[in-house]
Amino acid sequence: MKSLILIIISCALINNVVLNQFLGICSFLGVSNQLKASASLGGAVIFVITIASAVASLLYDFVLAPLGMDFMKTIIFILVIAALVQIVEMFLKKTSPGVYTALGIYLPLITTNCAVLGVALTNVQDGYNFVQCVLSGFGTALGYTLAIVLLASIRTRVHEEDLPAPLRGAPIVLIAAALMSIAFMGFSNLSL
Amino acid sequence: MNKYMERLYNGLIKENPTMILMLGMCPTLAVSTRAMNGIGMGISTTAVLIVSNVVISLLRKIIPDDVRLPCYIVIVASLVTVTELLIEAYFPSVYEALGIYIPLIVVNCIILGRAEAYANKHDPVLSLMDGIGMGLGFTVALTLAGALREMLGNGSFFGVNFLPEGVEPIGLFVQPPGAFLVIAFFIIIMNVIGIRTRQRQLVESDGCDGCCATCSLVCTKSEEVKNK
Repeated sequence: MKSLILIIISCALINNVVLNQFLGICSFLGVSNQLKASASLGGAVIFVITIASAVASLLYDFVLAPLGMDFMKTIIFILVIAALVQIVEMFLKKTSPGVYTALGIYLPLITTNCAVLGVALTNVQDGYNFVQCVLSGFGTALGYTLAIVLLASIRTRVHEEDLPAPLRGAPIVLIAAALMSIAFMGFSNLSL
Repeated sequence: MNKYMERLYNGLIKENPTMILMLGMCPTLAVSTRAMNGIGMGISTTAVLIVSNVVISLLRKIIPDDVRLPCYIVIVASLVTVTELLIEAYFPSVYEALGIYIPLIVVNCIILGRAEAYANKHDPVLSLMDGIGMGLGFTVALTLAGALREMLGNGSFFGVNFLPEGVEPIGLFVQPPGAFLVIAFFIIIMNVIGIRTRQRQLVESDGCDGCCATCSLVCTKSEEVKNK
């Protein structure tokens, strides 16, 4: 039990997917200009990554590995993720229109969010079992949400400041991300 | 300048994917710890980009418009798998250094972005040149970022140590925060010398914050939502 909790903590804080492994940077920089949108995207990402890591883990253990088709994993995983995003979208639209309008346009964006594919591939590489895969997916997504919501809150503040012209836009966001990354490096000294 | 050379110039400078369009940021930030890694990643991505551009351009009249993105993803994923196997077989040290980021070329926004923005509208030769130009632009940017980070953070240039005895390099620069700082620094320079500002207005005018291949997808979606 303890080791399972450690997986979540290590994925969410120590090896933060955005600030430490640089996955999902596009949406991290692109969507974080609005706090509400970031939170919605974070919700959608938690949803999709958790399901995607579960499905990818089952597929790998019961289809790809027994057939010796290890090399097909990139193609299969990306197709599964793309299909999954579609299914989740249709499912939400039918069952809970409220959630659907909240996540709305951010769902398709997740297909090419490299965090999803990245988690699925690292899980397989690390030889995780089903439960570990689901937990590491959930932890990673949690870390992503935490990072993007924090950055969005910083950006709403920075937006009001009078910055030198060359720093406006992308550079100041990257510098904010760098400072956040330094802060997150502190977690690597956690002795678990 | 004929139209073929124009594509090269466009990819290298005018619409440099990393510094100006800000596409493919994940590999840029992740593998730029060493100049050699930058070259390795740049060349792998360029190879995939060139072939995918040509293949997609050849198939542009066959692929139905509604399912084009899944088709592109399958084409790119197959090419990436081939590239991954080749690198693993012939350049094991590069494979070791780049690790998970090689299969992640599949979701590199530059590749799907060029397929969507260029290759599906132009003939194969132009698409080939576009792939070479964009790929070179990406490689140059990655290598520059890698060289700078390696010099500051490790005190070496392409693996050759140049710091005198007793001088400590700034280790922060080869760690994750350094990546953000170095890219920010490059973009500030681009802003100061004014290459970027004009371009950025062009790119950002579509309201998608330059966010990748999904841009078109998301844009159509948001229009749908608005129409409702």
